[in-house]
Amino acid sequence: MEIIKGIGVSPGVVICHAVVLDAEDLIIPRRTVDVIDVDAELLRLQNAIARARADLDVLRNDLTTTHGKDIASIFDFHVGLLKDKTLTTQIVNEIKGNRSNAEYAVSVAMKKLAGTFLAMKDTYLSDRVKDVYDIEKRILRTLIGAKHEGLAHLTQDVVVIAHDLLPSQTAALDKTHVKGFACDVGGRTSHTAIVARAMAIPAVVGLGNVTSAIAGGDIVIIDGTRGMVIVDPDPEQLIEHQEYVRQHARFEAELATLAHLPPITTDGHAVLLMANIEFPAEIDDALARGAEGIGLYRTEFLYMASEVEPTEEDHYVAYAEAVRRLGDKPLVIRTLDLGADKYVYGKGPSKEANPFLGDRSIRMCLHNLPMFKAQLRAILRASVAGDIRIMFPMISTIMELRQAKLVLNDVMEELEDENVPFKRNLPVGMMVEVPAAALMANNFAREVAFFSIGTNDLIQYTLAVDRTNEKVAGLFTPAHPAVLALIRDVIRAANRQGISVSVCGEMAGEPIYTLLLLGLGLSNFSMNGPDVPEVKKIIRSTTTEHARQVARKVLSFDSERQVSHYLREETRKIIPEAF
Amino acid sequence: MQASRDIVISNALGLHARPAMQFVDLANQFRSNITVHKPANNAEPAVDVDGKSVMQMITLEATQGTTLRIEATGDDATIAIEQLAGLVDDKFGEEQ
Repeated sequence: MEIIKGIGVSPGVVICHAVVLDAEDLIIPRRTVDVIDVDAELLRLQNAIARARADLDVLRNDLTTTHGKDIASIFDFHVGLLKDKTLTTQIVNEIKGNRSNAEYAVSVAMKKLAGTFLAMKDTYLSDRVKDVYDIEKRILRTLIGAKHEGLAHLTQDVVVIAHDLLPSQTAALDKTHVKGFACDVGGRTSHTAIVARAMAIPAVVGLGNVTSAIAGGDIVIIDGTRGMVIVDPDPEQLIEHQEYVRQHARFEAELATLAHLPPITTDGHAVLLMANIEFPAEIDDALARGAEGIGLYRTEFLYMASEVEPTEEDHYVAYAEAVRRLGDKPLVIRTLDLGADKYVYGKGPSKEANPFLGDRSIRMCLHNLPMFKAQLRAILRASVAGDIRIMFPMISTIMELRQAKLVLNDVMEELEDENVPFKRNLPVGMMVEVPAAALMANNFAREVAFFSIGTNDLIQYTLAVDRTNEKVAGLFTPAHPAVLALIRDVIRAANRQGISVSVCGEMAGEPIYTLLLLGLGLSNFSMNGPDVPEVKKIIRSTTTEHARQVARKVLSFDSERQVSHYLREETRKIIPEAF
Repeated sequence: MQASRDIVISNALGLHARPAMQFVDLANQFRSNITVHKPANNAEPAVDVDGKSVMQMITLEATQGTTLRIEATGDDATIAIEQLAGLVDDKFGEEQ
């Protein structure tokens, strides 16, 4: 039994047999062989290794001829590993000792070896783990041969465990039988996360080395809500999780019935619930769950997914597609919010000591006008087809905001000169996430059409906490009174100026904060699609007066613990099933 | 017969894949057992690996400047140590 923690990127819990993928979709069949067949397995192993070595020799000779000795010497290491008695002895012992089939024995030994490499401090050496994966694939291909089972034809429900999932692999999946994903790498915006949310199945990524902890056939619990994977659970854990799965399914079904009911408080106050997306493909699911627009389209993936900087056309295609799926519902596009450390395009990233506080996001865009303008042009061109709004991230000074608006104006003039149609009066807003902007919200409110409070970063900057640093992640919380005071003031400033304000950070989708935000005067929420039904349920079960009372009470506390505790209690009264 | 010698890894990239391979290939040409010992340092205990196994040699993580002791036991131990040490001192043919 092993518990591995990662990032939950698609909620829900599933208990299933696992299928472990290598990068070439080979499923590693695990069988026990009869005692009389052990020698035959050993012979299979021997032949496969000999074959792999022969292939490598041929490859090496070919490469030496075409590219010279240095390139070909890459394979020397592979040959060396294949010749290494320590390694082959391990595989042989697995076959003899556990009567495993050759495929399983090879994969177990290789995973252990890979683990050793990954643990190395020297990155050059730990990178050599790729050679280990390569050799593993080479031997396995020979062993498994033509009869390998693909994921397109599954006969039972499984969860898929992989290092990472490529679009080509997810596209080929038998979706009726795949019930969950777990990956070594990745984050909220990785492809696996997107697909899992679209398929509405649990997924956990960023698990580190889960592929070496699980063998095909193992029973695995994937808990996408709490962000963990349990391998070979004990009977008690199994029972606890099965019960949780049942309850969760009941709750989900109930929430699904809310999808098309309006988000209105019992005293008639209407609220706008929107969704956050990374890809146009997520829009359909968000709408199905009741979102009435997209409050945050994170455009970073256009940059991260590609090896070259996206062109204006690349941007345009994505935005046009998004607008098409939304019809006349609002689409708020946030301009590039990355640091240069996140994507490279051929040049090495210049190492900033503190990229989080560095040349990123709007700052970087203002230093890279051609890149910035390409995105702006595409957004403007797409604006004719629907209700597009644009917002600038990480704004920290008024000058910055004015500069960005000037650049946008320049782009508009260019398009006009070229007779390219666009909406001149498209709403231009900003993210309020840097404390400087929050503290000067009154000034900023006069210069934009709307605010969107980015609570994730606002909290990090205000509390000086890196939420990805496990040592201090516990200090990260929206419930801190300082954060709440800032949010209250930003909402007030917006209302005073008559501009709209939304919260688009994770706080917007966390049910315990709904009453509070509503009570502070917030009417626009933008969250992950799956969170919409629960938030809507709370909205529909309360009055604005009650929400205001809750907010007043909360603002009188001076500790985040009091705040969380109180909010949890008040929310529990409305939706007990969620707790 | 037994022989041993201390050597210092002087390549910029240390004992990475290619030099480890060369070491192992050379070591496998001798009948003697070859052991490579990396002394303890800071928080890490001493490590002993089989000089004929590239898998084990790589785990030494011998970066530039690391001191190792090569030990050979067998009838060609002396010449084994000489040639292996020579290879290391020669920086495995890398660099000028």
